[in-house]
Amino acid sequence: MTKRVRAISRRPATAWGFVPHGAWSLLTDIPIFAAGLAFFYSIILLARYWAGPFTPEAQISHSPSALPQYALYSFLRIFIAYVLSLAFTLVYGYIAAYNPKAERVMIPLLDILQSIPVLSFLPGVMLAMVSLFPHHQLGVEAGAILLIFTGQVWNMAFSFYSSLKSIPKEMREAARLYRFTAWQRFTRLELPYAAIGLIWNSMMSVAGGWFFLMACEMFVLGNRDFRLPGLGSYLQTAASTGDTRSILWGLGAMIAVIVLLDQLVWRPIIAWAQKFKIEQVESADVPRSPILNFLRRSRLVNTLQHRITRPLGEQIALHFAVAQQKETHAAPPSAARTWLLRTIGVLIAIGVVYGVFDAIRFLSGLRGADLRVLALGASATFLRVVCALVIASAWTIPVGVWIGFNPKLARIAQPLAQIAASVPATALFPVILLLLIRVGGGLGIGSIVLLLLGTQWYVLFNVIAGAMAIPTDLKEASRVFRFSRVERWRRLILPGIFPYLVTGLVTAGGGAWNASIVAEYFHFAGHTISTVGLGATISLASDTGNFRLLLAATVVMSAIVVTINRTIWRPMYRLAETRFRLET
Amino acid sequence: MEPIIEAINVEKFFQQPEGNRIQVIAPTSLSIYPGAIVALLGPSGSGKSTMLRMLTGLATPSAGEVLWHGKQLDGEIPHVAIVFQSFALFPWLTVLDNVEAPLVARGMGAVERHKRALRMLDTVGLDGFETAYPKELSGGMKQRVGFARAMVVEPEVLFMDEPFSALDVLTAETLRGELLELWLNRKMPISTIFIVTHNIEEAVLLADRVVVLGRNPGRIRADFQIPLAHPRERKAPEFVEFVDYIYTVMTQLDAEVAPPPQPLEQATVAAAPRPERKYTMLPHARPGGIAGLLELLADRGGRDDLYHLAEQLRLEVDDLLPITEAAVLLGFATLDKGDAHITADGMKYAEAGILQRKELFRDAALAHIALFQQVDQTLRAKTNHTIPLEFFRDVLDEYFSEEELERQLETVLDWGRYAEIFDYDSHTGRMVLSEPGTDHAEVAAQ
Repeated sequence: MTKRVRAISRRPATAWGFVPHGAWSLLTDIPIFAAGLAFFYSIILLARYWAGPFTPEAQISHSPSALPQYALYSFLRIFIAYVLSLAFTLVYGYIAAYNPKAERVMIPLLDILQSIPVLSFLPGVMLAMVSLFPHHQLGVEAGAILLIFTGQVWNMAFSFYSSLKSIPKEMREAARLYRFTAWQRFTRLELPYAAIGLIWNSMMSVAGGWFFLMACEMFVLGNRDFRLPGLGSYLQTAASTGDTRSILWGLGAMIAVIVLLDQLVWRPIIAWAQKFKIEQVESADVPRSPILNFLRRSRLVNTLQHRITRPLGEQIALHFAVAQQKETHAAPPSAARTWLLRTIGVLIAIGVVYGVFDAIRFLSGLRGADLRVLALGASATFLRVVCALVIASAWTIPVGVWIGFNPKLARIAQPLAQIAASVPATALFPVILLLLIRVGGGLGIGSIVLLLLGTQWYVLFNVIAGAMAIPTDLKEASRVFRFSRVERWRRLILPGIFPYLVTGLVTAGGGAWNASIVAEYFHFAGHTISTVGLGATISLASDTGNFRLLLAATVVMSAIVVTINRTIWRPMYRLAETRFRLET
Repeated sequence: MEPIIEAINVEKFFQQPEGNRIQVIAPTSLSIYPGAIVALLGPSGSGKSTMLRMLTGLATPSAGEVLWHGKQLDGEIPHVAIVFQSFALFPWLTVLDNVEAPLVARGMGAVERHKRALRMLDTVGLDGFETAYPKELSGGMKQRVGFARAMVVEPEVLFMDEPFSALDVLTAETLRGELLELWLNRKMPISTIFIVTHNIEEAVLLADRVVVLGRNPGRIRADFQIPLAHPRERKAPEFVEFVDYIYTVMTQLDAEVAPPPQPLEQATVAAAPRPERKYTMLPHARPGGIAGLLELLADRGGRDDLYHLAEQLRLEVDDLLPITEAAVLLGFATLDKGDAHITADGMKYAEAGILQRKELFRDAALAHIALFQQVDQTLRAKTNHTIPLEFFRDVLDEYFSEEELERQLETVLDWGRYAEIFDYDSHTGRMVLSEPGTDHAEVAAQ
């Protein structure tokens, strides 16, 4: 038996087999061991700093030597927020997928939560967290993390939910028929099935997390100046003092962190996740990662797997199985539990109704001037968002199609564009602003540039993907029938990329509204630069502590985003799915 | 002999919001005894899969009860396994892990689990593939893993839901042979096999007992034994006789069914009365398929055996039946004891050109099918000569389940557009009266 088990788990034979065994394994194990040590050290460092005294206006250093520490702090904020998001995602998605009553409320709610501009929460969340932990750094940090969490959790939850709903019926039946325990069902069916969607959405979410983190590491609330040591605050400090050398160092560090994360974390995960792909035959082009191969070869990792994770997994699985066997029959939910749930439901409903009434009463104190500001701001920002989308489409459609039709070019351009896109636009804002001030452009136009910076990439990626998906025989047909250039675009290219373009524009549009909060209003080198807009209204209201206006502006912005999604994008999506779908 | 499973008056229906009830399976009783291969045959839409799921406890009947050894199921899954058409293997688990998964659920330790799983993989001929992932295997190999996973739990009844349908002809034939060999040599730790299929020959080849379901609603049309010795020879006259008989049962939708070839004690033949409906269900056949059938019939001198036709057209019975039904419905052919005869109208259609065929189809549809008469009259009555498709969706809603309704509408559109009874604008979702164009004038002039 043991012989068989060993044969199954043997490592693939490679040329590395010729290196003396002991020497090689030592070489591979040292970096892994070092990485583990560094990780634990950084956790301790962070814990010490968090528990330390409250220093809201921490001096942000200009020195490049401070960058590794700042990068680490920023990264850990993102990491903790991500872990929280993942936990929330699993719970929320699970309940929504399996409880039809909850589903009817939870899914529309998700849609609305997704459209709320996260940055308008910033002041409220920060004040609440600071008053919760008045004497520790933990308060501000928790505020920042909570904010990133609200920025990245929704699409992950939605992805997990829709994966759970689309598990093939026969696979579910097999799990039921063979009496999988809840644990086995989760680890063997649900999580693996959802893995790929969850990973892609995690990547998008983390990119979004950087965007918000850069904005909230340094901000002003009334007369209080909150600063969290990190990459975002470093860049803002550098830009507001006009220190070009520090700006370049900061940007370099930012890009390095993002490239490292991509290479060391996402790529190995994606390569590993290939086994969760539902496909009948193995595809020829499989994503690979040298880091993953390296980890797989490591003796340390293998030993850990054999000694700890596998036996532990076995223990857990058997524990649940034995528990299931003992449980004679699934007891019907007791009356007490049903009543408890009902009471909770009623309490939540009462809370919601009370909250809505209170909010309406609060908002009824708005003056006419406030309403005018809101209306004017909403129209100005609307125009800016439309401008940004039009400009983004105008350059990304031709360029994206050109790249997409040219596989050689796509191979080079795609990773470059990916890096460009993953640099959070908010990190660049102070730098761009500095340039704008130097060339003398106003923020009215300048903020469009800022919006564009954050959103055009979504459109570009989708257009490239769409152009690559147009079948070759259709392209050949258009050549055979001698389509003119105009006809080619009208009959082939635009309809072909339409579904992708819509997807890109939806994401870009939502992102642009959110970004307007940081793009239209700026604290820069001691004074405020702003223009007319809903985003500026939100920022100004939180600056001056006008919570009534802040709430009103947030509601208006959310309402606009939800309305646009429902009235414009959803019908477009439907059209894309029916008329413009390329069926094989 | 005590039955293992007893289904007593089980039925499945969907309650419509308006109070209408759509019956998928009429009250049906069925008992499964140990020591036999039972095949459940039926055209698509007869509720074969639903029946299988009710017997396994995966689905609960709307009324009636399922007893296992005399005890009611109560939402418990009895000691069964299913071999699925789509294999339903977990692609992220190796072959060995897939087979072991049901044993893990039982809390079996690693050593015992490996031993059993490997023995079962040996039995189905997958020795050496333990560490492979399903996507590295061919369809036949995947289904072997499916068999191993099903048998490793040593189920009392092994259910199979169209286990060979997703495989190519040769592989399917090999696997059937292997299954039979394992069964006849008692290498399988199971008492009974219950196989759902739409392949008539497969049923006659494997089964000791065949149950034929009819549709609208699903009900048992015939239930008889096949006392032929294994291995069975496809060309043998008794074999062909059984195949012919099942064809006859499946094609004679309404008539009393004659008893099977050998009068057997246990054979029961039921002809439950079909409920009256205002709209006949349109069989899901394409006009092109109907034309093909009629041309072949004309070539063969006007009549042919259905079994033969299926072979000639290389169609499964599931695909052939709707086509013959459509031809009968349009008055182009008649059916008699498993034979199809072409009618005079059908002959005319087979010999006509493209445009004339449309004309003949249109006349036939308007003469024989109430729904098309209604569409035509309504369109002519309206001043703008258009009605939304939704109108007919609402009308038909009362008669068909949601899924069937969609297929009905698809067929209505397909036939109506072909016969130029109406045009359909998918943008507005409206049917528009077809203007008899110049094409028709030309045909009429001839």
